[in-house]
Amino acid sequence: MEQFIQQLVNGVSLGSIYALIALGYTMVYGIVKLINFAHGDVFMVGAFIGFYSITILDLGFFPALLISMAACAIFGVLIERIAYKPLRNATRIAALITAIGVSLFIEYGTIYIRGAQPEAYPTGIVPLKSLEIFGVKISGQSILILAVSIFLMIVLQFIVHKTKIGKAMRAVSHDMDAAKLMGINVNNTISATFAIGSALAGAAGVVFGMYYTKIEPLMGIIPGLKAFVAAVLGGIGIIPGAMAGGLLLGVIEALVSAAGGSLWRDAVAFIVLILILIFRPAGLLGKNVREKV
Amino acid sequence: MRKKKVAGIFMSLMVAAGVMAGCGSSSTGGEADKGGTIKIGANLELSGGVASYGQSIKEGIDLALEEINKEGIDGKKLQLVPFDNKSEAPEAINGATKLISQDKVVAIIGAATSGNTKAQIEIAQSKSIPLLTPTGTADDVTVNKGKLNDFVFRTCFIDPFQGTVAANFAVNDVKAKSAAIFIDSASDYSKGLAASFKELFEKKGGKIVKTEAYVAKDTDFHAQLTNIKGENPDFIFVPGYYEEVGLIVKQARELGIDVPMMGADGWDSPKLIELAGKDALNNTFITNHYSSGDSDEKVQDFVKAFKEKYKDKSPDAFNALGYDSAYFIADAIKRAGSSDSKKIQKALAETDGLDLVTGKMKLDKNHNPIKSAVILEYKNGEQKFNTKVSPE
Repeated sequence: MEQFIQQLVNGVSLGSIYALIALGYTMVYGIVKLINFAHGDVFMVGAFIGFYSITILDLGFFPALLISMAACAIFGVLIERIAYKPLRNATRIAALITAIGVSLFIEYGTIYIRGAQPEAYPTGIVPLKSLEIFGVKISGQSILILAVSIFLMIVLQFIVHKTKIGKAMRAVSHDMDAAKLMGINVNNTISATFAIGSALAGAAGVVFGMYYTKIEPLMGIIPGLKAFVAAVLGGIGIIPGAMAGGLLLGVIEALVSAAGGSLWRDAVAFIVLILILIFRPAGLLGKNVREKV
Repeated sequence: MRKKKVAGIFMSLMVAAGVMAGCGSSSTGGEADKGGTIKIGANLELSGGVASYGQSIKEGIDLALEEINKEGIDGKKLQLVPFDNKSEAPEAINGATKLISQDKVVAIIGAATSGNTKAQIEIAQSKSIPLLTPTGTADDVTVNKGKLNDFVFRTCFIDPFQGTVAANFAVNDVKAKSAAIFIDSASDYSKGLAASFKELFEKKGGKIVKTEAYVAKDTDFHAQLTNIKGENPDFIFVPGYYEEVGLIVKQARELGIDVPMMGADGWDSPKLIELAGKDALNNTFITNHYSSGDSDEKVQDFVKAFKEKYKDKSPDAFNALGYDSAYFIADAIKRAGSSDSKKIQKALAETDGLDLVTGKMKLDKNHNPIKSAVILEYKNGEQKFNTKVSPE
């Protein structure tokens, strides 16, 4: 029983990182119907910015987190303006292929600039004690990850539902042309979406570095794909769905490993994707909306 | 990418064939003792990806030859002909061809990695020139599909041997009754070590309570470690590479697993300490070829001589194995009483009880050295010599 709860804790820690990345996927998809495959690489860039802020600028965890989020927000907007905006009226497949190209560009650009060797996050930036409850060991870092994730999700919900830009985002996602007619600046709204989504990815990068220590230029690929699965699992385009999907996927992976299938962990994540696409394409929290003609 | 590599190998074979054709058939011999010197080739990774291995080995060889040449062998001096294979297999082939055909060396030391050594095997075999790798640990360097490559030798012990050393250490020193194994399922190295550990540990009455696996590049090991923790083993064997092992050790300690953990030379990197953290690494051990902290007189003499020649640099395992490789060949030349490559090959194969820095050496029938290994312990982020384990 202890072991089972411990595995759940492991899963939730992993899942909250997936959830943070998945939020960016889902927001961008909800608005421009683009699966931004470069999102996992923004996550990687965020991890590196956090790392250099801590080691070179000698900052603490929270300032590094903020710097990384800000830098990633700008980076995300740049990607959108340079790579995706010119293709806004092109076919969706063209935009998707561009996204893959951008992803490869960021990965290998990073390797070109700083080499492929991994870097280790310095330990003990945040002095945290681990908790032991009924024999279940919860490390301070797990709690920190979960706290940061939940806090950012609440902030995101607030932005989307209570602010003007959030209202604009919802309007654009509902009907881009109608929103334009109503005087909403669609370009700025889309940029804001990329900025917020990328900032969350940057935060996830720093949190990941804190928790798992090792960061390297290709670290974004697998978490990026898993977050994509999480977003589809929860219903792509739906913000609470991304959170639920991320946490659920993390727990599923931990339980698969617990059952002795650690080598099957990645396979199971993608089997989940296939099953969802077959049986519930709109995702767990999605409603089947009939395509308007 | 793969295609390009194959094309590269093919092209260098063509070049090699051209060089050989140009030199004519008279250049196949091993007699090269003009002017009282015997030439030995060193086909090493002096630049490229693993340049640090090749350079360290060469430092060791240079020191050894300096010492050997003080007296010489039957009045002759050994001369080293270095070749930089740029850490690439096609270049290693070119190097072997050049050293044998143009420089007429009697034997070749190199390369540092198993892959670059294997690239040279065909040439060495067909020209009957002994090829000695200081650090190529893969099984199939000396034996190919059950057949011995009779001109290929090595100075280091092979991978599975480290697994048996770890098992001995677990039973005799840690007094472990149960152990868990955590394998990198993508690596033959890891699986080989795990298999030999398991075999000996069970033979000695220990029990393997859990075997878990991961794949290289994984970052999250909490789930598998939680499973291992559930079985309460006395000892955990993790024969992986430092990139993952660093995270495994860190995450294990976070989950409250504080039993001894052990690995092999794959752990040996300064990055390990950064990844795992000093505290988490306490109570972990690795097997290695050699330690500069070994109190053995032979080792301490070597460390002293090395520090004198290289500005107080403390020699690592590559330095020591390079040094030993030179002595290994010099000893064979002395016993052969000739600089004929075939006689040297015979003398190398008959090596028994040669006292080297990395242990007393004897070759088994597959040309694999049987010798001692050292066990190092991590204490506050530093490797400390723990004990020396002799082969059984």
